[in-house]
Amino acid sequence: MTHPLKDTSDTSEASDTPEASGSEADIGTALLRPGRRNALRWIMLAVGLVAALVLPELVYPPVAMDIAAWALFAISVDLLLGYTGLLSFGHAAFWGSSAYVTGLIAIHWGLPFPVAILGGMLFAMAIAVPIGYLSVRRTGIYFAMVTLAFAQMIYFIANQFSGLTGGENGLQSIPKSFFGVESVETDSFYFYYAAIGLILLGVWAAWRIIHSPFGRVLVAIRDNPARARALGYDVDRYKIIVFVLSAGLAGLAGGVFAISHGFASLEELNWTTSGKVVLITVLGGIGTLWGGPVGAAIVVMLEDRLASSGFEGTGIILGSIFVVIVLLFRHGIWGTATDLLQRTMAGRRDQGD
Amino acid sequence: MSAFVQYTLQGLAAGGFYALAALGLAVIFGVLGVVNFSHGACYMLGAVAAAVLLDVVGMHFWVALVVVPILLFVVGVLMERLLVRWLLRLDPLYNFLLTFGLSLILVDVVKRRYGVSGLPYERPAGLDGQLHIGALGLSTYQVFACLFSFLICGLVWLLLTRTRVGMIVRASTEDAERTRALGINVGRWVTPVFGFGIALAGLAGVMAAPFRAITADMGSNFVIILFAVVVIGGLGSILGAVVAGFLVGLVEAYGQAYAPAFAQVVIFVLMAGVVLFRPAGLFGREETA
Repeated sequence: MTHPLKDTSDTSEASDTPEASGSEADIGTALLRPGRRNALRWIMLAVGLVAALVLPELVYPPVAMDIAAWALFAISVDLLLGYTGLLSFGHAAFWGSSAYVTGLIAIHWGLPFPVAILGGMLFAMAIAVPIGYLSVRRTGIYFAMVTLAFAQMIYFIANQFSGLTGGENGLQSIPKSFFGVESVETDSFYFYYAAIGLILLGVWAAWRIIHSPFGRVLVAIRDNPARARALGYDVDRYKIIVFVLSAGLAGLAGGVFAISHGFASLEELNWTTSGKVVLITVLGGIGTLWGGPVGAAIVVMLEDRLASSGFEGTGIILGSIFVVIVLLFRHGIWGTATDLLQRTMAGRRDQGD
Repeated sequence: MSAFVQYTLQGLAAGGFYALAALGLAVIFGVLGVVNFSHGACYMLGAVAAAVLLDVVGMHFWVALVVVPILLFVVGVLMERLLVRWLLRLDPLYNFLLTFGLSLILVDVVKRRYGVSGLPYERPAGLDGQLHIGALGLSTYQVFACLFSFLICGLVWLLLTRTRVGMIVRASTEDAERTRALGINVGRWVTPVFGFGIALAGLAGVMAAPFRAITADMGSNFVIILFAVVVIGGLGSILGAVVAGFLVGLVEAYGQAYAPAFAQVVIFVLMAGVVLFRPAGLFGREETA
């Protein structure tokens, strides 16, 4: 398995192996025939669907909603980091601005929440166009710094237009209007089932993007931009398109989050939010798609436990986890698990044949 | 006119902090290829250390200007030896993420120990008044901060251009691979250079102590502005870091004076302009990617 971020500092020749061009994080890709590989993908999708549907039975529904929203947010980051090789450290800009726009639409126009979220998502995609256009001019670490700086600019702008955004107080009491269905509007358990469809739609979109010809080009760009360019692909255009798509998914997640909580605050736009989603993505496993949901479940539930136990040093805990993951488990939880699975399968096949 | 001079001075003083810290960021990046996300946290540690040392042992500002950077140098050496070192051969994004995690820890530790409200730090005697030049009344501390950061930047410049160590640092900033090929042991300088870069962030922190609110979060926004500074100056460029540092300080000060609503935004607009028209930064060279 090739890891999305190259393990050598040499960027020119590191990825010349034949397998380097695949989204090989799916279970056992190299070892399975294409037909079975496809079947496994569908099984994973089905398992994900079931997990999403039983989640509020297992944990407190608002926490389940948080997990789902952060999971999609992490997937949006992974679409860039794992499948295109771009680390966006400014995705809070899209999550947060969509949270605000979703909230504003819901408050001022009283529209049903899926419509409000759609509006927030479109807004996130709209601001992603100029930010993406400028940011893709740089790669690697520069891309991370530039996106971070632009996100901070959005933060300051939101803080400045406090008449609209509520400044330090944020947007309060965002309604959960849903075509007059009272159980959804008042009970977080039913709200979860009304909103999870949007999240699943987002996950499905990401899955479709990754397993499409477009997604293959992205992976080719990740592994060797010069070669992709030589093959005639307009690398920058692909990067901008995936950046905007990713911002849309982040916006979808942010909109659901804002409706679920009933408020949108500046914290949603802050760089700590960008950092947290990157942490979740890396913890789950870069370039794995399913790592995002796993990382989100762990981090959200950990934060929930810490908050309810009255411990305030969340940064210490999260920072330490991050340091350990980056030092020792760079493939993340999902990546490490699939690595192990592949190794045992390979071992068994060697013995069996 | 007098107001304009005051804004300029204010901008140069604030720019001095950016320039010193960005200089540290630039030498670390040059030799190690690491963008240190915890640079803001180290700047904060510098200011907090100055305040705590004043409070506990009554350490004078002038002494702190020397002692705190030495302490931060040790912190930097430990960081490099224990953590950063293990990821040097990998994609630089990993060290970016590692230092981000470190910065979360450092900020939270300080927050839990010293709370969220600011620590007090009085302007040292002799620097707390006003300097009168003709009709102009200027803050003595700002004049000092401005001159002192010029001085340090100048000293670092001399160090880099006139000494053997400096030559090695500059050579490996230009092309680490070729420097190694010439038989120079670049690896030997990795740890001290990292420590030196962190010490510069700490020095900027001490200088900011009498000037800014000392809180655990003071480095959080600072580090992002710092990233904007090095993007504007060109990350590989040491001169670029210094010039862009002062430039951003000035832009921020004029912004606060003439368009207070957009003071912070102006910096990022400037960065956007540089990325648009000169992607490699004002003093940077085009990447070969």
